Amino acid sequence: MNLILFTFIVLLGFTSYYFGRKKAYTIQSTKKRLTALPQFYGYYLAIWCAIPAFIIFSLWAIFEPTIVKLLVLNDYSNQGYLDDELNLIYEKTKALSRGQFTGEITPFIEASAEKYLSLRSIAQSSKVVIVLSIIIASVAYAYKRISSNSRTREPVEKFLNAVLFTASLAAILTTVGIVFSLIFQTIDFFKVIPLFDFVFGTHWYPAKAFVRDSSEALDPSMYSDTFGAVPIFAGTFFIAFIAMCVAIPIGLMSGIYLAEYASSKVRQYAKPLIEILAGIPTVVYGFFAALTVGPFLKELGTSMGLEVSAESALAAGGVMGIMIIPFISSLSDDVITSVPQSLRDGSYAMGATKSETIKRVIFPAALPGIVGSILLGVSRAIGETMIVVMASGLAANLTLNPLESTSTITAQIVVILIGDQAFGDPKTQAAFALGMSLFLVTLCLNIVALRVVKKYREKYE
Amino acid sequence: MNKNKEQLLNKRYKAEQRFRLYGQSAIFMALLFLTIFIFKIFSTGYSAFQKTWLIVPVNFDAELMMLDENPTKQDIEDADYYEIALQSMWNLDPNANEDQQNQLKRMVSYFFEREIKQELLKDPNLLGKTKEVYLTASDDLDQVFKGNYPRDLPEDQRRVSDYQLKIFDQLVANGNVESKFNISFFTNADSREAELAGIASSFMGSIFSILVCLMIAFPVAVLAAIYLEEFAPKNRFTDFIEVNINNLAAVPSIVFGLLGLGVLLAIFQLPRSTPLVGGITLSLMTLPTIIIAARASLKAVPPSIREAALAMGASRMQTTMHHTVPLSMPGTLSGTIIGLAQALGETAPLILIGMVAFVNTIPGSPMDPAASLPVQIYIWAESAERGFVEKVSACIMVLLSFLIIMNLFAQIIRHKFEKKWS
Repeated sequence: MNLILFTFIVLLGFTSYYFGRKKAYTIQSTKKRLTALPQFYGYYLAIWCAIPAFIIFSLWAIFEPTIVKLLVLNDYSNQGYLDDELNLIYEKTKALSRGQFTGEITPFIEASAEKYLSLRSIAQSSKVVIVLSIIIASVAYAYKRISSNSRTREPVEKFLNAVLFTASLAAILTTVGIVFSLIFQTIDFFKVIPLFDFVFGTHWYPAKAFVRDSSEALDPSMYSDTFGAVPIFAGTFFIAFIAMCVAIPIGLMSGIYLAEYASSKVRQYAKPLIEILAGIPTVVYGFFAALTVGPFLKELGTSMGLEVSAESALAAGGVMGIMIIPFISSLSDDVITSVPQSLRDGSYAMGATKSETIKRVIFPAALPGIVGSILLGVSRAIGETMIVVMASGLAANLTLNPLESTSTITAQIVVILIGDQAFGDPKTQAAFALGMSLFLVTLCLNIVALRVVKKYREKYE
Repeated sequence: MNKNKEQLLNKRYKAEQRFRLYGQSAIFMALLFLTIFIFKIFSTGYSAFQKTWLIVPVNFDAELMMLDENPTKQDIEDADYYEIALQSMWNLDPNANEDQQNQLKRMVSYFFEREIKQELLKDPNLLGKTKEVYLTASDDLDQVFKGNYPRDLPEDQRRVSDYQLKIFDQLVANGNVESKFNISFFTNADSREAELAGIASSFMGSIFSILVCLMIAFPVAVLAAIYLEEFAPKNRFTDFIEVNINNLAAVPSIVFGLLGLGVLLAIFQLPRSTPLVGGITLSLMTLPTIIIAARASLKAVPPSIREAALAMGASRMQTTMHHTVPLSMPGTLSGTIIGLAQALGETAPLILIGMVAFVNTIPGSPMDPAASLPVQIYIWAESAERGFVEKVSACIMVLLSFLIIMNLFAQIIRHKFEKKWS
């Protein structure tokens, strides 16, 4: 039904475009001067035909279920049902009206199912009537405006401008959505677990919070010492540190080489090849780390008499470092190439060798940009998920030994939220709290990094 | 004094050479990683495109199948194939005891009944006769045949018994084991049995997610880019939007997963595990990428084009829509494809919105539960069975080839259609 109505509105929109344009031609044939190109008459009529109808249509789709539910459940008010019970009754009603109900049918539910069906059919038919009358009214209005040959280009363009503006709000809406989805669960979480315990506690053991009888009331003392996030934060930064130990030297040196030394031919081939590393999905890196690098390190360690976990931080961090190489190399390459040639020439004129010029002149000049690119790399390392989930452990050890397994914020979020989640469970909320801290940390890093890079760019423009 | 100078100069030149060497070795290391990586994936994955079949004589005994004389097509469809399927496996070793008979049965996939049925449906005249039928070997025997199975392990540590190996070796010696191209890898949905598992369900899941993502992200991003580049006044609000976009481009993907879970599933009550939700989540992620690309290519259109259109009396909207936007399309499209390629490889947000559920049917619409290719890689990589390792690599090969095709496509669009302004 909705689909038919939708298609109908779209078709009407197209038809009214042609009618509008035709009207413009008839006006033209009476030797009157048009106020805009004929197609603007068409657009004008089409917009007036479709847009108000669509607005009503979508508002209806949003509010109809809620209103119907309220009306159906109205019969049950004053009978002392809890919210959950009412929801259950409503679900049963809907199932019965679809003919999919399997349980025992009580007269009450049968009555409300009938009411539900009749309400739905009333809603459907009134929706069609209202949408159609809106279309008729708005088209009549617009047609009158066209016939009197009033301006059409300005309103159409204003409308388009509004559409463009609304689209540009999408980015803000997404950010708001992120904050919105994180903040409520996080606040609920901190109602049960004190912020202090979360930030300074050293035991992370969320599985403990899950093993509880649902009939028991929430007892905050049960969760003491289960949600201390220090091992998680430490693990996150530790693995990011290992990754940067791999990525910074290799990425920076290849960036410098590509920018300063490489012939155009080498550059032409080496640069895209290195950038392939950035295009490989992270789950593939994770598989590689878990299947190849982890066991390889373990064997290597055993042959040297070291105890190496198969899911060591070193394997995850190392592979993550490989993933970050292209970010650092291409960003620092850009930054170094944008250092003005005059600085180089000055240094060469003083007799400096190429490497001396790079180390003493170009590198200091490019430093802010390079720092920015490294910060972006760090933010990526902290937010990286799949490599850690697959290659590093899931138990949160507080350790600084790269050969043991550690866990990270992202890995814990996945571990907690994989499978079914019960909202309202402190364990689920803990994942959102971790997500919030991840969002805040990366946000700060990104803002600082983007600022630094932007400042740097302005300096040499 | 002179000698000293020379020494110093030599030292400086050596330092120069060392530095150069560092740079070269950094590039070499990066390329080495890439090579190892691709080599490893290919060397473990190529064998998954082959599948091992046991050729077993099957006696289509009408009596055992509970069929009367001259059965109709429907009768053949409904007949009982389990008995003859069992018998044909047991006949491989007529002297087998009960335990060994069980082991014989487990040498083929649990699909063997259906494979025998297909054979008879193809040719109903086989009834009452004996024919050699291709049966899918169990995943362990598949690995044995491909030489990936550690046969020298003690018997209690492997899932293939000595007895099964003996029978299998006999079959190999008689030429009754054959390796053929693994079509079912592309046509089957996921399965708990490695020998039957395929990528069809996750592939369709990926396609649907990407389509949803494209349909949402592309129009919104292009419109937003047009506004920001062509119409937006320079003020604090526009700056704020810009900061937002740049930030979103660097937000970890898992946070978008939390957004999908907390808003799309919990508040809007959209169906869990579906490509619809996956696509919406991915579209929010690719939005900034496409906006940035579209803005860059709008910026690359020289102002003279706009000035010429305005001078001819076009309105600003007409100038933009008729001239600037069409000229910027190649760049925008190639940016969009690159953004979609990123979305195609994304795993973490999809796991959070439940696209990691076990799905053994092929989804027919974005509203059906599905996995996606990267999530399938994750699911298989986490399962302990040996047969899945090569499947993971093969799935990675499929995914990577799609990414390569998309990126090549983006390159071609850019080079063929983009106008060079000089």
